[in-house]
Amino acid sequence: MNRRLRPRLFPGLTGMPRVLTIAALLTVLALGGTFLLDPFRNFQLGTAAAYFCAVAGLSLLIGLSGQLSLGHAALMAAGGYGYALTSNALTDAGVDGVLRFVVSLVAGVAIACLLGLLLGLAAARLHGPYLAGLTLALVVAVPAITSVWSGVFRGDQGLQTAYNPVPTALERLIALEQWQAWVAIIVASVVVTALALVRRGALGLRMRAVRDDETAARLNGVPARRVKVTAFTLSAAAAGAGGAVLCFITQSVGPGGYTLAFSLLLVVAAVLGGLGSIGGAAIGSVVIVVLPWALGAGAGALDLPRELEQRLSGNLSLLVFGALLIVVMILRPDGVAGLAGTLRRRRAGSVPAPAGSASTAGPDSPLPSAAAASDAPESSDPSRTIPIER
Amino acid sequence: MSQQSSTLRSAARRTGGLIAASVLAVSLAACSTPSAPAAGGDDEAAGDSTGVTDTTVTVGTHTPLTGPAAAGYSSISAATNAYFDYLNDQGGVNGRTIEYIVKDDGYNPANSQTVVRELVQQDEVFAILNGLGTATHQSVLDFLDQNSVPDLFVASGSTAWNQPETYPNTFGFNADYVVEGAALGQYAADEFPDAAVCMLGQDDDFGDEFLEGLEMALGADGLTEVQRYSVSNQDVTAQIGALQAAGCDIVTLATINGFTALAVGTAAQLGWFPQWFGSSSGADYPTLVGYLGEDMAPKLLQGFTGTNYLPMADDEWVELFREINTEYNGDAPFDGNTIFGMSVGYVFAEALAAAGENPTREALIEAVRSGDLVGNGILPLAFGPDSHAAYLGVGITTVDQGVQDYIDATYEVRDGSVTAVDPQPVPLSGAGVPGA
Repeated sequence: MNRRLRPRLFPGLTGMPRVLTIAALLTVLALGGTFLLDPFRNFQLGTAAAYFCAVAGLSLLIGLSGQLSLGHAALMAAGGYGYALTSNALTDAGVDGVLRFVVSLVAGVAIACLLGLLLGLAAARLHGPYLAGLTLALVVAVPAITSVWSGVFRGDQGLQTAYNPVPTALERLIALEQWQAWVAIIVASVVVTALALVRRGALGLRMRAVRDDETAARLNGVPARRVKVTAFTLSAAAAGAGGAVLCFITQSVGPGGYTLAFSLLLVVAAVLGGLGSIGGAAIGSVVIVVLPWALGAGAGALDLPRELEQRLSGNLSLLVFGALLIVVMILRPDGVAGLAGTLRRRRAGSVPAPAGSASTAGPDSPLPSAAAASDAPESSDPSRTIPIER
Repeated sequence: MSQQSSTLRSAARRTGGLIAASVLAVSLAACSTPSAPAAGGDDEAAGDSTGVTDTTVTVGTHTPLTGPAAAGYSSISAATNAYFDYLNDQGGVNGRTIEYIVKDDGYNPANSQTVVRELVQQDEVFAILNGLGTATHQSVLDFLDQNSVPDLFVASGSTAWNQPETYPNTFGFNADYVVEGAALGQYAADEFPDAAVCMLGQDDDFGDEFLEGLEMALGADGLTEVQRYSVSNQDVTAQIGALQAAGCDIVTLATINGFTALAVGTAAQLGWFPQWFGSSSGADYPTLVGYLGEDMAPKLLQGFTGTNYLPMADDEWVELFREINTEYNGDAPFDGNTIFGMSVGYVFAEALAAAGENPTREALIEAVRSGDLVGNGILPLAFGPDSHAAYLGVGITTVDQGVQDYIDATYEVRDGSVTAVDPQPVPLSGAGVPGA
């Protein structure tokens, strides 16, 4: 019965209170961390937190329910446009401040949710490459939709929204970018904690059952189709929240931000981090924000000829992401989160643990759900976390 | 039992330690914060001289070096850089050399936001100079305003830059699209009174404002057909077909260079050859030749009519810029973008010189607002306390036998009406070094 070889954080807590406690602690840590960063780094942190919402949802969708979406950028765009349209309408109506933000955020999430539900209904009847194709079509259509209804969406130019200043109570304490990072962190923590609870709950178990063997799941009374639709809708809601937060940070939304390349980047982040792992999603989100910037800064520091630098600037990061993805897939198919798990097992000197104790992420993982996940029964076979090709 | 309780105790210690550590981290870090907002510069007396040292002034820009607009515009920032290199070799401005940081945004507003934040917050530039594109720059307008960063000479003809009340630090560089549309419309009405005039325009402010100008000159129902396109869709066959079907004699274009070439080429493929009237942003002959090819371009673009406000062809400015291009720009192809980029550099140098020995952001803005800058255009700059527009008038250009130059027609737009005026070109002085 010795489930754990090492004492873990908050041994007295189990279940939902444990997830909530750890989530709250990590959120406070992240909020405190913003004090250590300059405005641009806080902007990057806020952006990463917004991506984290979407990547965590996507990771859950692919890793747990086994449905691949290449169109999550479109769902983020739906959240962003929902936020912007509502925010502008409220501004015209004379509403501002926290109320405007919350209502706009809810509207953005609701619109993404609705789109996700429609997409999920179709997705439940499709699988593998057909589903990938459908979601791909959605993201390719975004620019066309915004230019056909350019009266509403303003075409390539996108929509601009009024910005939310730092609340007067905090004005002396924090800068604008830090405030924006705070809002992004808080939204991300709410969204991701919700996903973590779903992941470890009954619905998460059903998703895994449907992913591993849909027929067997059905025979056991799991409503497979409904589970898949729910997974898609949840994941869309998370992406919508990410898009809304991104619009809040940058005060604008446009089709240029939600291209096919960006959609694929979200998948890259989920895969690099480790599919199904929320801690991995956090790492993946940070990587896709920091890597292009770091490569740009690195290329700039090399003092390359102007023309070569021009040629590299747009393409280098895509190249590196592609290479990174190949390397990770060959060496660690379960992503960075899987690597952390292996290291810990090795250090503890344990043999591959029986089902139940070894998960893709352990209690020391930097994010709430990762710790929560270790409570959930899960297969220890890493290949199980990559259910795309079946 | 005892083992269990010791595990519990150690876990409690760990937990307590973690909480203590996080509280400590938060409180320690809090000490470093108040300096962040103060960096914005509340010191009224001294002013804000971010980006200025005893020997250098650092400015930055966002511009497309990759993506759909790169081929038409990437040479602009290189030309500005070459002019600054020339200027720095002549001693710079008030003993300071100018450093120009160019960042690629791929003509994508989402990228512009990231790179402009990087320029302002990481690289700490003195000003943003000549940020390129309507949609791209629109997305950073509020950010620059909130941070009180001088936002000089935006490379776009949108009227959005001319809002002194809302954006006191933002100034345009191009003649605005309303001016260009009105000038082309008036020229069409003056020279071809019976022609059916149509428009093909970008599906954003560029197209909207150009249309506003056309209607100012031709009347609300003066246009036979109006078609719009989106930059993300590289196919204008449907629009060209509709214009042809409507029987247009003159097609006015609110297009960037790439789409001017696309429109002209697509029409030629359909066997249709109307008169083309292009806005300055998409009417640069050498650039269009790059798109259409040396063989076809002279035939397709013979008689192509456009607008401009900067020196062209045989001019002492052009001569100087040609020399700078040879010496400092690796003898890159010399086109309208080169002249545009170097003119931007010159006007900035003029503003910096006027900002005084110890330039601050406030002094720089005041120098532009004063209305003392003249620039190097065919009309003097129109900046002033109430106008953040650079040029309120343009000259008409045509292409003849592969040479693009002004013809005898210049229009000015003031108070919502367009009138023909005489050009007053600003002569070259001090070898293109302000204050020399």
